[in-house]
Amino acid sequence: MKLESKIPEGPISEKWTKFKSTAPLVNPANKRHLEIIVVGTGLAGASAAASLAEMGYKVSAFCFQDSPRRAHSIAAQGGINAAKNYQNDGDSVFRLFYDTIKGGDYRAREGNVHRLAEVSTSIIDQCVAQGVPFAREYGGTLSNRSFGGTQVQRTFYAAGQTGQQLLLGAYSALERQVGLGNVKMYNRHEMVEVVTIEGKARGIIARNLVTGKLERFFSHAVLLCTGGYGNVFYLSTNAMGSNVTAAWKAHKAGAYFGNPCFTQIHPTCIPVSGHYQSKLTLMSESLRNDGRIWVPKKQNDDRHPNDIPEDERDYYLERRYPAFGNLVPRDIASRAAKERCDAGYGVGPSKMAVYLDFKYNMMQKYGRTEASKHNIENPDDATLLRLGKDVVKEKYGNLFDMYKQITDEDPYEVPMRIYPAVHYTMGGLWVDYNLMTTVPGLYALGEANFSDHGANRLGASALMQGLADGYFVIPLTIGSYLSGEIHTKAIPTSHEAFEAAENRANERIQNFLNIKGTRSVESYHRELGLIMWNKCGMARNEKGLNEAIAEIRALREDFYKNVRVPGTDKEFNPELDKAGRVADFLELGELMCIDALNRNESCGGHFREEFQTEEGEALRDDENYKNVFAWEHTENNKWELHKEELVYENIKIQQRSYK
Amino acid sequence: MKHSMKVNLQVWRQKNTQAQGNFENYSVETNPDMSFLEMFDVLNEQLIHDGKEPVAFDHDCREGICGMCSMVINGNPHGPKQAITTCQLHMRSFNDGDTIVVEPWRANAFPVIKDLSVNRSSFDRIIASGGFVSVNTGNAVDANNILIPKDIADEAFEAATCIGCGACVSACKNASAMLFVGAKVTQLSLLPQGQAERQSRVVAMVNQMDAEGFGACTNTGACAAECPKGIPLSVISTLNREYTKAKLNGR
Repeated sequence: MKLESKIPEGPISEKWTKFKSTAPLVNPANKRHLEIIVVGTGLAGASAAASLAEMGYKVSAFCFQDSPRRAHSIAAQGGINAAKNYQNDGDSVFRLFYDTIKGGDYRAREGNVHRLAEVSTSIIDQCVAQGVPFAREYGGTLSNRSFGGTQVQRTFYAAGQTGQQLLLGAYSALERQVGLGNVKMYNRHEMVEVVTIEGKARGIIARNLVTGKLERFFSHAVLLCTGGYGNVFYLSTNAMGSNVTAAWKAHKAGAYFGNPCFTQIHPTCIPVSGHYQSKLTLMSESLRNDGRIWVPKKQNDDRHPNDIPEDERDYYLERRYPAFGNLVPRDIASRAAKERCDAGYGVGPSKMAVYLDFKYNMMQKYGRTEASKHNIENPDDATLLRLGKDVVKEKYGNLFDMYKQITDEDPYEVPMRIYPAVHYTMGGLWVDYNLMTTVPGLYALGEANFSDHGANRLGASALMQGLADGYFVIPLTIGSYLSGEIHTKAIPTSHEAFEAAENRANERIQNFLNIKGTRSVESYHRELGLIMWNKCGMARNEKGLNEAIAEIRALREDFYKNVRVPGTDKEFNPELDKAGRVADFLELGELMCIDALNRNESCGGHFREEFQTEEGEALRDDENYKNVFAWEHTENNKWELHKEELVYENIKIQQRSYK
Repeated sequence: MKHSMKVNLQVWRQKNTQAQGNFENYSVETNPDMSFLEMFDVLNEQLIHDGKEPVAFDHDCREGICGMCSMVINGNPHGPKQAITTCQLHMRSFNDGDTIVVEPWRANAFPVIKDLSVNRSSFDRIIASGGFVSVNTGNAVDANNILIPKDIADEAFEAATCIGCGACVSACKNASAMLFVGAKVTQLSLLPQGQAERQSRVVAMVNQMDAEGFGACTNTGACAAECPKGIPLSVISTLNREYTKAKLNGR
């Protein structure tokens, strides 16, 4: 099958405008008869479900959590980008578009990204109208801050809880539609199969996680808004329940998987502290506005950080990347931290950490401003620190509290210790400009699709993309498909395709329960995570990837012989839910390694050790790999590679430099 | 690695909503840096290894923001420390040899699903009854056209940080949801965007709260004391004030 991106013709700045005014529509009377299933209720899912219901479609929404408000978008901390140029610092739609393409190391589509930048401004308007309490200045206008990979201030935020506030906004819009009867909400339901009839998506099989029952749902279109698959690494900043299952079932039903190996390793997370650890906690990128990253200049320096004098500290990001300093993009900051730690300069008990230090800005930036505000002449260090601390507390208080809670150290007094951790997946289901996968009627939105971030996502862009897809893109693009479905009557779920899909799901469940082995699901997940982290993580090479593939296959085989899933399928059984998710990760992990092995270049978060510049930067191969890898599942864990060439007409591609 | 420690657990086990529950005793090897939920992971590994049923408990983000975790620990929702969720509680808050009693949220409006998991859909229904601004996608004006003084925005934000965990209900002897409802009503009645539906909202939300079987408020303040996000008790006075005003206006 030929991949068609369906990017509209015409100049970049007119593509979306033209699309909007010419896209096929569905009239209100017909919308009432068209049913849409939305799986996942994070930013993309909740905003899509609410917006489509407002338009008059009949919507059913599903989430595995006990409430749609708990989707993992809730945990996003730092902010959301928008090309508002409220700071008068030269921002524009084109600049946001350019920064995003460059930040993604020239592996994203121009058309999609420009559209994202265009709708970014409407997102902020919509959220404010819903009552999202963004941070404000004294005059009542919205406040902004900087994020990595940009030289303007375009990030809107609500303390360190921006994701929470945006999601609660989308959730309230969704619940409003639930209250009005336009959305039927299914909490504690997990999608386990996509049902296709004559090649089109026609519904899903979902498992009621409370009763264990498999339930059938028909729809004219299915939207997967199910997030990323970072939990394949076991330890990540994702929620414990975040999983790939819905996307993976869609993949097996015919949807191609795009760039699976493109993983974002976030530079500033609290380091691993013990073997029992279940997840890693992010410290927002916004902290790099005011925190300076350093390691001692001496290897294995065991002194207390506060005892290491200024001239014995290596502010390695400021040294290597003077133009962007501590605000280089995530992939670059992560690799630089790894490089220092691998070279023996790491700190803390594990030596796998670097310092993120606020003292300088607390005193010199905020302390001085406050002192001058209060007319304090020649303030001493203690005064500066005290004054600056209050400002930092207001900006990042909840993050500092969280750090202290987890590590038992006070970051106002000692620098934070941080290390990179898996955070986001740029890869996902391949979609065209309409956000439709290769299965007609099956869509993927938000982190679940591969589309906008190329090989590396810039900070504060995930919230933007999730809400862009849900509020402003899908409501329009879905019309292109559904306008052709107005004559399709609801198909009864007694149809053989539903029967067959339910049987497949049931067989898998019975299989898990009947293995009755000796090892817990969790132990397999941990082992898989370790393979992925060591061999398909921040740095990859051919030998390691080949080993990982063999190890994952062996682990998968062992899983199906020795896993122990307690309980039954007729009750609330979180272990059984987990078994299904880990089984899917055990297949996805292999595909990620295959993808990484086939991409013989380094770009963004994908760093193949064989392909680097003399300074250790990622070395792209635009001749051969200026494309998207889209994998088709052909049979039982066998894949065929398809490529979509990327065309750059508006941006001159070059070696990415933040020096 | 710090020294290891051992704790004795008394955990509420209940097969399903209908079943009669009871406490079971367990002992777990842990260490001070382990989170409370990781200690439960260790317990569950042990139970699975011994061929027994693991303890069902709700959890997801494990960074204190999703609101999913919900354990009453030694009588306190989210445990002994103030202003944190269960997932942010670490074993360093306990001593070697301690006995820890762990129960689910207790409230008629939050029926137990299994063991420590409860059904909080009643909160969703309260929000669906009015906890929103009726603004369809695409209806918004430019964000900076609505100026909001910083102190008002900050106060609205403070109320909006509620994570909907239900600790307030669990802490209350009347199982009242006034702190939860008050937080949303306060947020939206402070903001200009919430004015159009200010009165209908508060009446609808209070009606739904009553219909769900939450109890009345007798101002003991346990809810605010146990709230992991520090939502202040004053949101309840705001709720009462808003409700009275709406009623006097014939809503």
